[in-house]
Amino acid sequence: MPAPDAHLTLPADLIACHECDLLQTEPQLAPGETARCARCGAFLARNPPDSLDRSLALSLAAAILYLIANIHPLVGLEMQGRRVEVTLFEAVQILWKGGVEPVAALVFITALLFPVLELLMFLLVLVPLRLGRVSPRLATFFRLVRSVQPWGMMEVFLLGMLVSLVKLSHLATVVLGTAFWATAALIVVLTLAARAFDTRLLWQAPLPGALR
Amino acid sequence: MSCHVCGQLAGLPEGGAHGLRCPRCGAPMHMRKPASLSTTWALIAAAVLLYIPANLLPMMVTASLLGSQQDTIMSGVVFLWQSGSWPLAAVVFFASVMVPLLKILALVYLVASVQRRSRHNLIQRTRLYRMVEFVGRWSMLDIYVITILVALVQFQGLATIQAGPAAVAFGAVVVLTMFAAMSFDPRLIWDPLTDTASPRPPHD
Repeated sequence: MPAPDAHLTLPADLIACHECDLLQTEPQLAPGETARCARCGAFLARNPPDSLDRSLALSLAAAILYLIANIHPLVGLEMQGRRVEVTLFEAVQILWKGGVEPVAALVFITALLFPVLELLMFLLVLVPLRLGRVSPRLATFFRLVRSVQPWGMMEVFLLGMLVSLVKLSHLATVVLGTAFWATAALIVVLTLAARAFDTRLLWQAPLPGALR
Repeated sequence: MSCHVCGQLAGLPEGGAHGLRCPRCGAPMHMRKPASLSTTWALIAAAVLLYIPANLLPMMVTASLLGSQQDTIMSGVVFLWQSGSWPLAAVVFFASVMVPLLKILALVYLVASVQRRSRHNLIQRTRLYRMVEFVGRWSMLDIYVITILVALVQFQGLATIQAGPAAVAFGAVVVLTMFAAMSFDPRLIWDPLTDTASPRPPHD
């Protein structure tokens, strides 16, 4: 696979906007500041304080919350003395058996599989970084995190759950499960973890070409 | 040329940018996303076709002691409105009817204006693209509503809910429009600016 020469002669603080391709110098950012493209206003970079420690702590918390959110039942329904409770996975199974397999698969991927993949790969990147080991393999994992991210839709799922509970509330008593609150917390923690991570930490490793 | 993933800048080697990899993170590199416009067109067309059954066919089938009832997306919204929860009715209407439609229209406008190499409203069009990208995922709302309803309402003999054929079509519309938004390269919007300075062949 041919690799283009990195422009090592260019000033290191020169960056191209990923939305309009304008070349510009990256400003020195104080902790907490963000940089935006001078022409189109796209988000360019952020300098989050204590990036590694915070994002690692938050994503470990997210991992624990994810387990709680999937072991315990999400919601329950009481109707004439009968009680039904489901976990997310059971909900997907019921949908699958109901004959709409594509929809069941879509829900499984977007609400269960991709969030956990995103979390695992994020941890796979963060832990070695925290231990001070930077390897080019991390970049591969990080690329996977990036490609999986738009498909994890737990916040949409939570809103969908609320809508359906309102629809049901007039015909039966709705019981919010442990997992409901765990999912709500998980969304907040996961968003904060992603925000706290400074992607530039990954690229501090010397270029493979420069080692030779 | 800059890398999509890590932002590394690299010089374009002679012989064109085919099968290149980023020297820093190893991601595939290209000047612009390959075949961006034709891919986006194809995905939009597929989404438009599926948008029709998604709205006309029943989304869910409720069977109860009183008989069975079929609901489309719109009748679900109307039901929420009439039962007094109008903020939720508005949210569902917006997420499942307006967003897919506006998204398809916005993408058609973006792709068409890039093909005409328009130089107008560059910033507005970039913002529009950002909105399309951000808002797309919220259309999944109705799919999740169905999931929970089907899973919970399984009181044999009293009431059961099953997902209808529109759910599959609707899910496909959401996924297709998301892929369409991803395959569109917003940098194409700005390319006509360099037409006079340094003429280069169209990227598509």
